[in-house]
Amino acid sequence: MAAFRSNIFMLAFFLCGFSVFVTGDVQTNQMNVAETVFIDNVPTTETDASPPSVTEQSQTAEEKRLWEGTEVGTNLADGASDNKVDHVHDTMQATDAPPSPPAKDQTQRFAFDERIWEATNVEINLVEDAPPIRDKEADEADHVLDTMQTQDFPPPSTAKDQFQEELVIKPLHSGDIYASFQFRTQWDTDFLLGSKVSHYRLFPKSLGQVISKFSVRELHISFTQGYWRTMQWGQPFLPSPPGAELWVWFQDTVTDVDLAWKELTNVLSGIFCASLNFIDSTNTVQPSASFKPLGVGNVTDQRFLRYAVLPREIVCTENLTPWKKLLPCGSKAGLAVLMKSEKLFHSSFHSQALHIRPVCKDWQCKSTSWELRQTLNVVFDLHTSGQGKREWSLFKMFSRTLTEACPLASSSKVYVDITDNPQGELFELSPATPLVSQAVVLGDGRTYSVYDLTDHATFGQTHSLNVLLRWRAAESGEMLRPLLHGERYVAGYGLQTGEIHTLVYNNHPYRAFPVLLLDTVPWYLRLYIHTLTVTSKGRDNKPSYIHYQPSKDRLQPHLLEMLIQLPPNSVTEVTVQFERALLKWTEYTPDPNHGFYVGSSVISALVPSVVAMDTNNTQERPLFSSFFPCKEESTYFMRIYTEPLLVNLPTPDFSMPYNVICLTCTVVAVGYGSLYNLLTRTFQVEEPSQGLAKRLANIIRRLRGVPLLT
Amino acid sequence: KFSHLKSYFESTDSPEHFLQNTKYNAGDADVFLSTKMAAPLTLLFIVAITIRAVLFRSSLADLITERVEVVSPLNAWKRVVEGLALLDLGVSPYAGDVFHETPLMIYFFHFVIDYAEIVFMVSAVCIVFLLQFRKQKYALEGDRYPLDCLELIRTPREMLYIPLKVAMFYLLNPFTILSCVAKSTCGLNNAVIALFILSTIKGSALMSAIFLALATYQSIYPLTLFAPALLYLLQRLYIPVNWRRPSFWLFTTQYVFMYLGSLAVMVCLSFFLLNSWDFLTSVYGFILSVPDLTPNIGLFWYFFAEMFEHFRLFFICVFQINVFFYTIPLSIKLKEHPVFLIFMQIAIISIFKSYPTVGDIALYMAFLPAWNHLYRFLRNIFLVSVVLLACSALFPVLWHLWIYAGSANSNFYYAITLLFNVAQILLVSDYFYAYLRREHHLTHGLYLKRKDGSEATLVLK
Repeated sequence: MAAFRSNIFMLAFFLCGFSVFVTGDVQTNQMNVAETVFIDNVPTTETDASPPSVTEQSQTAEEKRLWEGTEVGTNLADGASDNKVDHVHDTMQATDAPPSPPAKDQTQRFAFDERIWEATNVEINLVEDAPPIRDKEADEADHVLDTMQTQDFPPPSTAKDQFQEELVIKPLHSGDIYASFQFRTQWDTDFLLGSKVSHYRLFPKSLGQVISKFSVRELHISFTQGYWRTMQWGQPFLPSPPGAELWVWFQDTVTDVDLAWKELTNVLSGIFCASLNFIDSTNTVQPSASFKPLGVGNVTDQRFLRYAVLPREIVCTENLTPWKKLLPCGSKAGLAVLMKSEKLFHSSFHSQALHIRPVCKDWQCKSTSWELRQTLNVVFDLHTSGQGKREWSLFKMFSRTLTEACPLASSSKVYVDITDNPQGELFELSPATPLVSQAVVLGDGRTYSVYDLTDHATFGQTHSLNVLLRWRAAESGEMLRPLLHGERYVAGYGLQTGEIHTLVYNNHPYRAFPVLLLDTVPWYLRLYIHTLTVTSKGRDNKPSYIHYQPSKDRLQPHLLEMLIQLPPNSVTEVTVQFERALLKWTEYTPDPNHGFYVGSSVISALVPSVVAMDTNNTQERPLFSSFFPCKEESTYFMRIYTEPLLVNLPTPDFSMPYNVICLTCTVVAVGYGSLYNLLTRTFQVEEPSQGLAKRLANIIRRLRGVPLLT
Repeated sequence: KFSHLKSYFESTDSPEHFLQNTKYNAGDADVFLSTKMAAPLTLLFIVAITIRAVLFRSSLADLITERVEVVSPLNAWKRVVEGLALLDLGVSPYAGDVFHETPLMIYFFHFVIDYAEIVFMVSAVCIVFLLQFRKQKYALEGDRYPLDCLELIRTPREMLYIPLKVAMFYLLNPFTILSCVAKSTCGLNNAVIALFILSTIKGSALMSAIFLALATYQSIYPLTLFAPALLYLLQRLYIPVNWRRPSFWLFTTQYVFMYLGSLAVMVCLSFFLLNSWDFLTSVYGFILSVPDLTPNIGLFWYFFAEMFEHFRLFFICVFQINVFFYTIPLSIKLKEHPVFLIFMQIAIISIFKSYPTVGDIALYMAFLPAWNHLYRFLRNIFLVSVVLLACSALFPVLWHLWIYAGSANSNFYYAITLLFNVAQILLVSDYFYAYLRREHHLTHGLYLKRKDGSEATLVLK
């Protein structure tokens, strides 16, 4: 049973024909073991799919993932490896590149073949990166070997790409429960060196191609349904505004950023089945300060940044499915089995995001690797999902339990936040886990119980993990008020003008800190920047930095960025007046009286840490450590989003175009006609017209040649 | 029977006739300023300024400033302030689509922003002073007209009261007051046009060209006033409008050069003030292509809000050409009467321009007392006045119902703008009719007879 996990997926890979995983603990007789485990496994699986189908599904998923972009056909699966592969394999064995596992069986051999396949696709110019190695092995190395060496060197123990998954479950003070999935794929490759990366393993090919085609440096996209209630729930791990948000840093080699952005949004629209193609110049801005690159790199020229929000975007299953497909295991294994849309979308808040950025490969940060982070945050409501009972389990939340980690994942963990519950007096967590982790999250030290899914003991006797939280107390403790909090609303009545009010709360008792406020307002709400007022504690609070880009009708939105110093324990109110425009009748949405959305304000801040705020620390700490607040934890970065706004605009009568054209043209014609009349005619004395009888008589008389009557 | 008179009348370029005319005018103006009119005019100014000052200080000012009838995207004071605020922020005022004043205007207000109310009141009063000098020549010609036409001709005593009436009509017109209290820059544009009229009537070709260029620079449409100004100046210089005369071409070329030269200077100056040509699209492109469909009293907003996209360009062209279209036929028809031509042109501009406000209407309405000798020929002045009054009252009511109460829709407001414009068109064409008819009577006698001796009726044929 010890090799249960590896055996299961080894079987899968054997069936599918080749494997990418070379783990150190592969047993020589694993085939047999795998089969027995397979049989043993039947009654333990709790999922509704039968075990063979599970295996088959994961196998297909693997096939799909691994064969993308390779010409390695199924003939490899039969073990009929061709000469080339054998040759490469042999040469590689001759070198001492990665430490080989002691036993090499068929599966491993396929694994090596696979690696070499990856290597052959790398262009030669990569070789120049590591000349010493090449010198050392120049005698026997061909290009294939060289590139492979370069790729796999240095630390041979780390894979070229790796995948991690985790789920954090945090009971919220409101009684709701917050589940946050994070999937991280890291790949030491370079999409942008001019070489075409055509082999993909864990990293989704569709996104890799997007990165290389559009020279993307960083890409952040989120789809959110519902609004994160900061005052009830505290801070989310990864904030996102309602609707769809997309921000991209392009490489500084991109010449036409707008074109790249337009194409990119359309491509992403296809990848995620979302209406991102509605992103155009009217909702795209280039923030000057609020969105700095999160990855490595020092280009901060805002010309290469594009930011757009679609507050109206509805997120649903059709967005979740393509998002799940980007995961190495799909939704077939690992934490992703929990993501069933009928439960995920039956929640108060649902947010799925994807972040791509370059990160440091190692601590020296000499080279970068690409990180793809897929996150999914969901808040289950106490009353609708939990039927009002404070009792949560994985099964209750997701209608699934965990049976295995994703076989491709190097780490797979479930965290449960037990900070408020150190001795278990608040809720009971079962099954119990010995692992505890501590982390400083958003300036606050948190304690987590950890379930390591790569460890078989986690699943216990039932071969499934169903984390259960059962409350002992009826009420959870008081929540610390979030230090930074924002609200927004529209004031005024009628459809002519209005005023946007943004309230930013600083709940820190004694420290002031600056925040960056970013507002993107569509052009049809004409902002009047001279009406901008910022008041804190009843006094005028002049922003130290204002970046304002006025709107262009039908071309670009308003962009307002301000750096405001928030006094301690205060509410800062930012108001600006606007005028509602009357649009052309074709510019209205199909439901014009529903209103028009204005995207969330973005508040970015370096917030003083809660740890630093803790002056009367009752915890046992050495006295020498507690006088000055700990500097590196004293501030942390935080971004919050306010509510999107829904604003009504005056509407024309949509049934009237013909009537209006006719009526207005009539009026113009009246003007034209009367002037034409007076211009072309002259006054004449009106002579009385003859009677009809007389005229008839005259006609007859004319015919007869008789003098006419007068 | 009256052919000799007619022939005389047509030859208005005879020097003696005009010499007499101008002398009389100058004397009349002096009389007016020095003696009788001073007291009532002063009283009028005090009343007018008091009304404005009180309104500026009252809570109504904010309400008036927001009225779409009073301010348009082109001349709203709020947008001027916004432009200045953008300039302070280091953003070009033309980077956005809120500010549409010309660069000279923004620099003017940059200096007088704190005295804006005074500027607007002074400009209103100035306009009145400037309009004082319009004189009619008909009074002099009494002896040359048929006897029965004497009642058509105004006595010098009547003429004396015209300036006062014009002043009252302009200063106490609610439209002017609203426009002034809303600080609509329309008032300043009116002042420029009034300056242009004054300098033209004074016979200063250079000043006339400069002010005409300034008016054009401010809002394109006064371009059509070029023709009447040229005609008037030609008349003053006794140059007949005759294609074969070199003197006609000489003066026309001079005037065109003065006009285009000063226009070029202003445009270049604007360029150097902001160092960009952005203002061209932002000011003139905005006027001509009508992108802002904020409701106003004109015909454009709803028409183009409801327009089918593929017809938009066509109809924009048609509607804009419509404003300029009448210049040539009217100049031909009214070439002897350039002052009336100015009135007609201003009226047509204010009806058919893309962003009209009540301030534009007030300008041409100020001319109406000058045509008081036409009253007897107006056909439907009562109807038109009633419609104009009713519409003016209904504008705010229907706006409220549409925008605030939500119990009406845009069609209600649109219907009122249509009616208002029909009334204006009828008013202007009625005055045009009356003017032409009076001219006809002046040459043919007031009481026309048919061939059979019975009383004749005049018809247009």
